[in-house]
Amino acid sequence: MDLERSDDQELFRETTRKFLESTAPVSTVRQWSEKEAAGYPVDWWRRGAELGWTSLLVGEADGGGSVSGNGLADLALVAEEMGRLVSPGPLLMTNVVAAALSEAGTAEQRAAVLPGLVGGETVATWCLAEPGRPACGGEAVALEAARQGDRFVLSGVKGPVEAAAEAGHLLVTALVDGRPTQFVVPASTPGVTVVPLQGIDLARRIADVHLDGVTLGPEHLLGEVGDAAAQVERQLQVVVALQCAMMAGAVDEMFTRTVEYAFDRYSFGRALASYQALKHRFADMKLWLEAIHATTTGAVRSVGAREERAAELVSVAKSYVGTNATVILQDCVQLHGGIGVTWDHDLHLYLRRVVQERSLFGTPEEHRERIAAGMGL
Amino acid sequence: MAAQSVIGAPAEEVESFRLRARAWLAEHMPRLPEGVDNYHLMRDDEFGVRARELQRTLYDAGFAGICFPREYGGLGLSREHQQAFSRESAAYEMPVLFNVPTLSILAPTILDFGTEEQKRRHIPAILRGEEMWVQFLSEPSGGSDLAGLVTRATRDGDVFVLNGSKIWSSGAFRSDYALCLARTDWHAPKHRGLTMFIVKIHQPGIEVQQIRMVNGWNEFCQEFFDDVAIPAEDVLGQVNDGWTVASRLLIHERDAVGGASRYTSGLGAAGERSGSATGLDHLARATGRTSDPTVRQLVAEDRVHERVAQQLVRRVTTGIASGYFPPPAGAIPRLFAATANERHRDMALEIVGRGAAAWTEGDPVGEVSVEYLFRQGGSLGGGSNEMQRNIISERVLGMPREYAADKDKPFDEVRHNAAPSRVR
Ligand SMILES: Cc1cc2nc3c(=O)[nH]c(=O)nc-3n(C[C@H](O)[C@H](O)[C@H](O)COP(=O)(O)OP(=O)(O)OC[C@H]3O[C@@H](n4cnc5c(N)ncnc54)[C@H](O)[C@@H]3O)c2cc1C
Repeated sequence: MDLERSDDQELFRETTRKFLESTAPVSTVRQWSEKEAAGYPVDWWRRGAELGWTSLLVGEADGGGSVSGNGLADLALVAEEMGRLVSPGPLLMTNVVAAALSEAGTAEQRAAVLPGLVGGETVATWCLAEPGRPACGGEAVALEAARQGDRFVLSGVKGPVEAAAEAGHLLVTALVDGRPTQFVVPASTPGVTVVPLQGIDLARRIADVHLDGVTLGPEHLLGEVGDAAAQVERQLQVVVALQCAMMAGAVDEMFTRTVEYAFDRYSFGRALASYQALKHRFADMKLWLEAIHATTTGAVRSVGAREERAAELVSVAKSYVGTNATVILQDCVQLHGGIGVTWDHDLHLYLRRVVQERSLFGTPEEHRERIAAGMGL
Repeated sequence: MAAQSVIGAPAEEVESFRLRARAWLAEHMPRLPEGVDNYHLMRDDEFGVRARELQRTLYDAGFAGICFPREYGGLGLSREHQQAFSRESAAYEMPVLFNVPTLSILAPTILDFGTEEQKRRHIPAILRGEEMWVQFLSEPSGGSDLAGLVTRATRDGDVFVLNGSKIWSSGAFRSDYALCLARTDWHAPKHRGLTMFIVKIHQPGIEVQQIRMVNGWNEFCQEFFDDVAIPAEDVLGQVNDGWTVASRLLIHERDAVGGASRYTSGLGAAGERSGSATGLDHLARATGRTSDPTVRQLVAEDRVHERVAQQLVRRVTTGIASGYFPPPAGAIPRLFAATANERHRDMALEIVGRGAAAWTEGDPVGEVSVEYLFRQGGSLGGGSNEMQRNIISERVLGMPREYAADKDKPFDEVRHNAAPSRVR
């Protein structure tokens, strides 16, 4: 968490934390994951939206607004709290689509979609990834939208896509004449089929989106034809910065609980926390954890402020957080002993969350490749 | 944002300071030769002559001691001013030899504990490049257990008489003064019988011997003290309260080594590697391996560590200032820097491949393998990684302290390593 946050931000964070703790403790998240289609009750999401979860990246003209002037920094606080309790809900996906629409949408598009997203009645998702392709970098997208008069026809598969089944709107990134172009597609459009996948994260749903002759008009274009490269980069930065915040929250929570466990658990008449071999491992984990927070904060601030170096800093964060979050969590498992590999212990829920975020929108390896390219190699 | 200077007058804006520094540097400081950084030049400046001249040049132009108080010859400006100056100075020769330990460790400790007289005598002289300082802490009998040292200082009227030996003191042969921790009471428990002294290095009774290191340098020194008379006014802090002074010194040291010090000037102090002659991007180019996917991963990983190190310093310094972290959390960036350095050395070796075995003299690629031999240097100097891990677990996470057999015992009843012996 950003140690330089303002009082208003702290109040906002505290409100979200209290709401999450009272409505969706981890035991509830487990129950919802089994009985709720989307992993959460629709009304719960709507109440979250009332707290501001879906309006921070939306312009004031469209009913949005930030707490601190840096809406992404505010939203990262929510993402971190949600990581802390492995909360369900399409926080990242809905917000990135809302931000894109708010920035590049026509008046009609904004009026048609944003009120529902901001109010929490509908959710949206971003279809960027394609099977078998890296999710960041120049080769991420191969889906061609064929021109047909002034219309476009999309056929192909996008995925994995989080929250596709529950989304009312899909933001689809494709190519027109080989150049990046984005479309806002109602999920009910003929030819759109959502094919559920087995997701690692129990609390969230993930799917492939099959597009079979989906025909769209110019009113579905977000921005100009062939002109979406900068917008796609911006969306990627926003999502990745939030992924890091969510992972930071998840790891922080489990690390804290593992430290407590080390004080409470006795072996050979001493607390685990008294053994130097283990203390040194905790020291390393603490080091990595604080570095995770530091680099997440750096990325969030920079992306939020639209700095030029945000492109690098966001990849620095994803590389560092994605690599070390799993290292810490697996060490937490080890230090718990046998209970750490049971279904009943919460550890695996956190590991699942981190594995999902690590893997989508560019793995740490893919982000390192991006950094190397950015260094002119 | 306008910083407040120590004496209360509004200080120069960072931006205007930066521009003034830029113009002055361009006109007055020598440019670094292509592909050479200040740390390379430092090796050829065996006695620090060049560094002293450059430090003097900075001082005369009003660019020395940017974060030092004005009453002792500094500028009384903020960390942001210092950072701006460091960035601007990247392409120029800088007296980086003064950074650690003189400016970042010893001068701040003197500011913290010195009498008015001590501060006026030494701080301006340091900023003028006239005094280079070292630390006399570690001894042949042990470094981690610093409070268990056995060099003795016995009071005799107006002086203390020093006997014993210090070791691993970096650069003592070229330096002028040291802060030396010695035992003044053998009946007190170990932390309560120590005193910190200001010691002039080159004087009768002190023999300084250089020690050859794995990379061929002779930075390390051992000193032998034979009835050295130290005036009582050269005690820093209180007699038998040297541990308080040493503890503060160690915090400054941690900040210096971890990159959190605001008293260093010039780049390269903390983790700024890429772009320099031994940066991995440079090595990838020099070895023609820029399109090798593995090498690209390594170069990027090093860049990640470089950036995260800076972000971590900011987080921990802010957190300590606000009370979110206890002061010992300075061990966190310190340990980060050391472990990232270990990884850096490993990756450099991996990139140069077979080139690590043999090279043409003077080729930076070859130097990588020699530096690899010194991989653990950064994980020992300034308190070993193990000590940092003890600090983080015990004093940041609050885990139980290690059992200490010497706790609360009079020091003369404690078992310790043999008295000084010569290392050759
Ligand atoms: C490059 C460099 C520069 C230096 N510069 C200076 C200088 O200018 N002035 C100065 O005074 N000293 C200096 N030193 C010395 C440095 O501070 C010591 O080397 C260091 O404190 C370790 O002490 P030692 O060498 O006696 O090893 P020891 O204390 O004998 O330790 C040996 C090993 O045991 C580990 N260890 C010891 N105790 C424990 C414990 N309780 N728990 C777990 N592990 C433990 C240590 O971490 C280390 O790995 C420098 C050292 C280096 C490498």
